[in-house]
Amino acid sequence: MKSLAVCARGAKRPEMSSKKAIKPMTLPCFDEMTEGDGAARALYSRIAKWLETSPPGLLDSRRQQAEMLFRRIGITFAVYGDKEAAERLIPFDIIPRLLGHDEWLRLEAGLVQRVKVLNMFLTDVYGAQEIIRAGVVPADLVFRNDCYRPEMQGHRAPHDIWTHIAGIDIVRTDDQDFYVLEDNCRTPSGVSYMLENREMMIRLAPDLFAEHAVMPVENYPDSLLASLRSVAPPRCASEPNIVVLTPGQFNSAYYEHSFLADKLGVELVEGGDLTVKDDVVYMRTTEGPKRVDVIYRRVDDEFIDPLVFNPDSVLGAAGLMGAYLSGNVTLANAVGAGVADDKAIYTYMPEITRFYLGEEPKLKNVATWRCREPDALKYVLDHLSELVVKEVNGSGGYGMLVGPHATKEQIEDFRKKLLTAPDNFIAQPTLSLSTCPTSFLGGVAPRHVDLRPFVLSGSDGVRVVPGGLTRVALKEGSLVVNSSQGGGTKDTWVLETDAATP
Amino acid sequence: MLSRTADNLYWVSRYLERADFLARLIEASSRIAALPKTYASAQDEWQSVLIASGADETFYEHFPEPNEASVIAYLAFDARNPSSIRNCIEFARTNARAVRTALTVEMWEGINSAWLELKKFEAVQKELGRIDREELIKFLEYVKQTSSLYDGSGYRTMLRNDAYYFSRLGVYVERADNTARVLDVKYHVLLPEQEAVGGSVDYFQWTAILRSVSALTAYHWVYRESIKPWNVADLLILRQEMPRSLLSCCDNIVRFLDAIGNQYGRQGPAQRHARNMKRRLESTSIKDIFQSGLHEFVDGFVTDNNRLGTEIAEQYLIG
Repeated sequence: MKSLAVCARGAKRPEMSSKKAIKPMTLPCFDEMTEGDGAARALYSRIAKWLETSPPGLLDSRRQQAEMLFRRIGITFAVYGDKEAAERLIPFDIIPRLLGHDEWLRLEAGLVQRVKVLNMFLTDVYGAQEIIRAGVVPADLVFRNDCYRPEMQGHRAPHDIWTHIAGIDIVRTDDQDFYVLEDNCRTPSGVSYMLENREMMIRLAPDLFAEHAVMPVENYPDSLLASLRSVAPPRCASEPNIVVLTPGQFNSAYYEHSFLADKLGVELVEGGDLTVKDDVVYMRTTEGPKRVDVIYRRVDDEFIDPLVFNPDSVLGAAGLMGAYLSGNVTLANAVGAGVADDKAIYTYMPEITRFYLGEEPKLKNVATWRCREPDALKYVLDHLSELVVKEVNGSGGYGMLVGPHATKEQIEDFRKKLLTAPDNFIAQPTLSLSTCPTSFLGGVAPRHVDLRPFVLSGSDGVRVVPGGLTRVALKEGSLVVNSSQGGGTKDTWVLETDAATP
Repeated sequence: MLSRTADNLYWVSRYLERADFLARLIEASSRIAALPKTYASAQDEWQSVLIASGADETFYEHFPEPNEASVIAYLAFDARNPSSIRNCIEFARTNARAVRTALTVEMWEGINSAWLELKKFEAVQKELGRIDREELIKFLEYVKQTSSLYDGSGYRTMLRNDAYYFSRLGVYVERADNTARVLDVKYHVLLPEQEAVGGSVDYFQWTAILRSVSALTAYHWVYRESIKPWNVADLLILRQEMPRSLLSCCDNIVRFLDAIGNQYGRQGPAQRHARNMKRRLESTSIKDIFQSGLHEFVDGFVTDNNRLGTEIAEQYLIG
């Protein structure tokens, strides 16, 4: 998981007890529960009442219960290089995050549009390259991109779908707009938490859940299966054999891989379970080799085939790319899809949307200065202390300057970097992200959140289950929702009623 | 199903069955060792426990001589012993985690809870700096519960298909091996001519053998007489109704291998081999066995059972 790549404006706020949390307060940013005057928004009226009337200690005991359950079920993630804590829990916050139906419909329409455009862009980039010839996106941003796969050039992904499962990271700054922080077109994770968090809420707060008309997310595996079946190779005879490919149980997201395979009712395979013969992929079974038609792979491009990519990889299967390019097996997501979720391409998404659809983008982009452009570079250099500067190819908060939090030396350091290689950087303003009430030992306080809805694309259309993974930065004032750095999760409730309905 | 999945299921069962057996073996031997010297010759008790558990080869790399403390520490908690109870549970859990999708929620949660418990036991033990007898008894109880829980929830919740069959197969191949090992180590106290000599000393050995395969009560129900060594051997080798007897294990191995063969519509060397093992047991009597040598018989069985394990692996688990 990645960090929220923008930074908070505003001063630190003191923590509050659960009762005080819903009392009037002045917030420097949009709190999703309270209006400016401190009264609860209609959407959150029941949550506010619940927080107010819950006996002291209830939230604490629920949180402990949740932790115990998560451990028993084994919903853990691995932290690389930390053997002692090889299996950790992601903290779960018992207070749900709510979205009104009208808010969701706006978001959903934006997500569908966004993912359609991402798929069209990928089809074009690896095909006719019209967008490059039209001068909308600079050629070097595509071809010099680390995630661009020349092996895929001229290849059509089955049904022109490249990112079958996309995770679009969304942030809010007011009750109107949704901003895309980042597109994840490769192997976005977190959907198991979306589903397990819901189970946990139904178990731990059944009354609160029953008081709200919460739209279900539990059909996600069905939707995923339908999407994967729809993209089976056309030559695939009858019922396609679908598998989930995992790097194995020491991967940080292994729980999710096994969870998904289980919910889909398909085999969870590792590289060693696959063999390729005459451009056809088989899995080793107790009854001999069995043909594989669709691979939902959770292994990165670089590792899926030692013959084509990283020769030392044992996570994939030798010959897999050959089988894929021959059209005998479908990989989801497609090889090379990462070129669309790059930070540099991100900045062009509004133009890309207009180019393919002739429409305005329904989701906003965070304003971005591309330092490759001289005017933008000048502005960025003049405002370094206010901006967030990111490396185009960096991820997870590495290679990033957070102006308002940086020392003079750090700023000067970055100034040099920018002047040396402006092409490698973009800059964004510091956004004041929305907050949601979040529980702690002995209290409740607002914390910054983001949202990752999961968007499924099949030959039969785009599907989004109402909800997503809400990640919350548990440290006060922090914008880092990264699970390895103290980030937590919440259940996301999309209601059947509009936000203004009490 | 994936060969790797079948392999993991088979080994989860084997590891848990082994942990269960080790727990019973330690319990039974602790009882003997606690007896005054006039009732039991305790000095080589711990040596025979090491042999029965298969840990005698590596034990001496870490300890100068077997005694109660060192053997129990090595068999129960030592991470350096590949077959220690803690490693059995750890490996079972690792294997189970690799095939979570093939296990039912109850099976997985059972084994995962056991693993979490194990960590607690280890913490207590570390704090004490030694094994406390009370803690040990609790620990062994918990180990037996763990295998029963896994077994039972599998029985109650698994679909009856190849996943279930491979899981059962692991139980019975391991169980046959364990029973045979106990017989192999203790065969000398079961020989008829020893009876007059041994007297009361051997009585406690016989009950210990029965305890180690949880058959003491069963013995009384089946034979309705005081404990006779040839009956002990008969019970552990040839009695169909005794769930840990070699015959009962073979019977189940044949049953589940046949179920696999039927599901796949194909029989193989493993099925033929298992049927032969069962047939040999059915066509013999305890008298024959004693006549041709109990030790040789048991030795032969262990070899046969190992070969069966290899055949199952080659036919299904390597893929």
